Amino acid sequence: MKQFQSFVIKEFRQIFRDRRTMLILLVMPVVQVLLLGYAIKTEIRDARLAVFDPSKDAETRRIKERFAASEYFILTEELTRPEQINDVFKGGDIDLVLVFGEDFASHLQHDGEAAVQLIADGTDPNQAAMLTGYASGILADCQAALLENYNAPFQIRANVRMLYNPQSESAYNFVPGVVGLVLMLICAMMTSVAIVREKETGTMEVLLASPMKPMHIMLSKMLPYFTLSVVNVVTVLLLAVFVMGVPIRGSLFWLAVSSVVFIFVALALGLLISTLVSRQMSALLVSGIGLMMPTIVFSGLIFPLESMPEGLRWISDFVPARWYIAIMRKIMIEGVGVAYFFKELGVIVLMAVVLMAAAWKNFKVRLV
Amino acid sequence: MLSYLLEKEFKQIFRNTFLSKLLIVMPVMFIIIFPYVTNQEVRDVKVGVVDHDHSPLSRRLVEKVGASPYFRLSDVSATYPGALDAVAEGESDLVLAVPRGFEHDLVRGEVVEVLVAANSVNGTRGTLGAQYLSTILSDYSGELREAAGAVPGAVLPVFRTETGFRFNPTLDYKVFMVPGLLVMLLTVLCCAFTALNIVGEKEAGTIEQINVSPVPRALFILAKLLPNWIIGLLALVFGMLAAWLVHGVTPTGSLGTILLFAVLYVCVVSAAGMVVSNYSNTMQQAMFVMFFFLIIFMITCGLFTPIKSMPDWMQWCVSVNPLKYFVQALRLIYLKGSGFAELLPEFAWLCGFAVVFNVWAVWSYKKSL
Amino acid sequence: MKDSVIYADGLTKRFGLFTAVDHISFEVERGEIFGFLGANGAGKTTAMRMFCGLSIPTSGTGRVAGYDIASQPEEVKRHIGYMSQKFSLYEDLKVWENLRLFGGIYGMRGRKLARKSNEMLRDLGFEAERETFVRALPLGWKQKLAFSVAIFHEPKVVFLDEPTGGVDPVTRRQFWELIYRAADRGITVFVTTHYMDEAEYCDRVSIMVDGRIEALDTPRNLRTRFGAETMDEVFQQLARRATRQSD
Repeated sequence: MKQFQSFVIKEFRQIFRDRRTMLILLVMPVVQVLLLGYAIKTEIRDARLAVFDPSKDAETRRIKERFAASEYFILTEELTRPEQINDVFKGGDIDLVLVFGEDFASHLQHDGEAAVQLIADGTDPNQAAMLTGYASGILADCQAALLENYNAPFQIRANVRMLYNPQSESAYNFVPGVVGLVLMLICAMMTSVAIVREKETGTMEVLLASPMKPMHIMLSKMLPYFTLSVVNVVTVLLLAVFVMGVPIRGSLFWLAVSSVVFIFVALALGLLISTLVSRQMSALLVSGIGLMMPTIVFSGLIFPLESMPEGLRWISDFVPARWYIAIMRKIMIEGVGVAYFFKELGVIVLMAVVLMAAAWKNFKVRLV
Repeated sequence: MLSYLLEKEFKQIFRNTFLSKLLIVMPVMFIIIFPYVTNQEVRDVKVGVVDHDHSPLSRRLVEKVGASPYFRLSDVSATYPGALDAVAEGESDLVLAVPRGFEHDLVRGEVVEVLVAANSVNGTRGTLGAQYLSTILSDYSGELREAAGAVPGAVLPVFRTETGFRFNPTLDYKVFMVPGLLVMLLTVLCCAFTALNIVGEKEAGTIEQINVSPVPRALFILAKLLPNWIIGLLALVFGMLAAWLVHGVTPTGSLGTILLFAVLYVCVVSAAGMVVSNYSNTMQQAMFVMFFFLIIFMITCGLFTPIKSMPDWMQWCVSVNPLKYFVQALRLIYLKGSGFAELLPEFAWLCGFAVVFNVWAVWSYKKSL
Repeated sequence: MKDSVIYADGLTKRFGLFTAVDHISFEVERGEIFGFLGANGAGKTTAMRMFCGLSIPTSGTGRVAGYDIASQPEEVKRHIGYMSQKFSLYEDLKVWENLRLFGGIYGMRGRKLARKSNEMLRDLGFEAERETFVRALPLGWKQKLAFSVAIFHEPKVVFLDEPTGGVDPVTRRQFWELIYRAADRGITVFVTTHYMDEAEYCDRVSIMVDGRIEALDTPRNLRTRFGAETMDEVFQQLARRATRQSD
């Protein structure tokens, strides 16, 4: 046991002495969380609205005022000719154009129907859908207000309630995901590279030739990265809560348990990679392209899984981060109990066990 | 002298099976698969229904929701808390609760309130889902009024709202992503090739032999960059072809403008990769530094999320991100058919970056210490 | 000034507080084979890098082939050949492609380049290996090839940094024959080595200890002065004075 201790100490020393790597290990997560937290935002802010209003009557004025008062829009321009619509879009100065029909109020009063058109810049489909959605909402409110005066039948009003994230803060969605990404990067990539480096320089052979048990060698390799990962999770969560204002509504205990399980998955993956390749370069490429890319793309971190085609969603089931991120969102944002993420937790526990076993088996076969 | 150096670089690249494979695999991955993955379209929103009324009118409403392309009925609960539970479990994204007396009150002409609760952990999905549902509700009440016939003695004022989208009328997400992904392809490819290049020669020791020779450093760097520019443009052509053949996405604007921007952009990224390479001693360092900056640049360039939504200080930071300008330019050309004159600011920025990075690349490559 | 091809006067290189090369002064004549000895960390490689224009001296002057190493490093590079201890031909290029590259770099063109390549391959007896990738050659062959490439453009001086490391005695012998042939053609040879038997082959030998040149003479004179049987003994006596730790 004493032997084991001295080994672990050696591993720690090696890592802490390499300043540049340490910097990457400790600063990278912070930068990533801040950047992702602040940069990845999808909410609409101050969309620029132009109006083409040939009627200019009391009714259109009221509607325009409603738009100007809305938090989503800034009324920036009044167009005088319909041809201008294309120009403002092409210049990229305007996101949405509100076009009223002629004699809006009088049509409304006499024919019971008046035309209004919403034209959005469809370049970014989500933004366009959101903007026209908000705008339709405002129009619907205006209409409902009118109808109420008339005492019309069959009026249904939606009372919309946003659960968990009433302000629709993007950080709520992304920050729990970043934790998963950071862990994958640090545990898996660093572990694999570190072990392969020892293989390359030949010091691994020296270790294996020593009377140490292979199991202890493996554990002593994992322990420092495990510790670093825990430090990183804590840093990232502290940042999330105190700087970004993301809540942790659920139980800290289950958050810790899930994180530890996920760290094991990542460590096992790193270990597995290190037993399969023999060059640092390959370890980097395999963990870079084989782990990072899927984690960014297939985990639901940025791109919602629901929008993927069936086949790709099936691939995403094999990405560990996908399950961990789901758990983190449930614990942190939804604040639900363990019963609600039992399946996800089960999946990563299973992954941890299978990957650890595979790594261990390979470690013994290939290295010992 | 240049021709001999170029000959060497090309031979090395084409003999390197890994790099050649990358040249084929990356366009396939980025342009063929990624447009499906990076789809952020909101559809198939799972709706849980709580129908307290069980009337013909409430059932028709539920059917109408289920028939919408945006929604899928996933859960029917007896109570509102039960429906919320389903949201917590991830069974549904949205709850529609129809109150008792829905039909009765509607027929009597009272305003009926229906509860819509949306899981907004993913804000976009929650907001859009709730909006779609509200639209369905107001459509439904319109239908009911129409079916009931005109109310005697009054003309009800109704807005006839039409919605239209310019440049991308069907709101196809792929059209939006493809130009951005082309940028990503060029960036990763050109950056990776150059970032590992000089450092590779450092590790192999061959750079010493070049350093003691009379090769001027600008020439040596040029010989390293030129093949890379060609590779980048080749990848762009592959990518654009794939986008056209697989996704049917073609640029609205001129190919010439795209090419002009691509040439300029490739100059920028290859030089940036070269700078990383010059400052690194090992391939491992070069890779780490490259990964670090690439992730930051890609995430903040407006490819995945709109720059407009970022806080002001962030937007200000992002203005020194070369990717931003190329993404903007390519999207404008692809979707809006913008001409060179309209893209002058982007062009100027990219020119600036090209000068800075190329000078930096030559300057930071030191033949002697 | 005589017909000296390499000239150093008080040449010094400091890295921060550490003085790697400490005021070395000597001259090497045309066609001479000059052995540059010293223990690991004595400053040999640093000195050599300065003569090659790879490293700028902190103080002192040095001239190679008539050019100042501090102010005209690029001119120096035009007139020297260099072979580093780390083998440095392109392994992913074929033999003739390496010749073509380095010939091209030194301004050889077309037919002349082709003729010279053929001649050289014939001299080395490598004609059959023209199309072989350098990485597939045995180490000894690679080193002979690297030397030939280093003198391919007929430089005034060739710098060899431990050229025979890890090579068997027979190949080393052959390698030295190449060196003699080059010296006969008037190429000055500046060579560092760890093999003391190789030191005996040199016209003159300098021994560096802790960044300074402690002895410089013909091998015979050195042996007489230190009362030693072999160069190895001379070296041992001098190296014992070192205070610097070898790395």
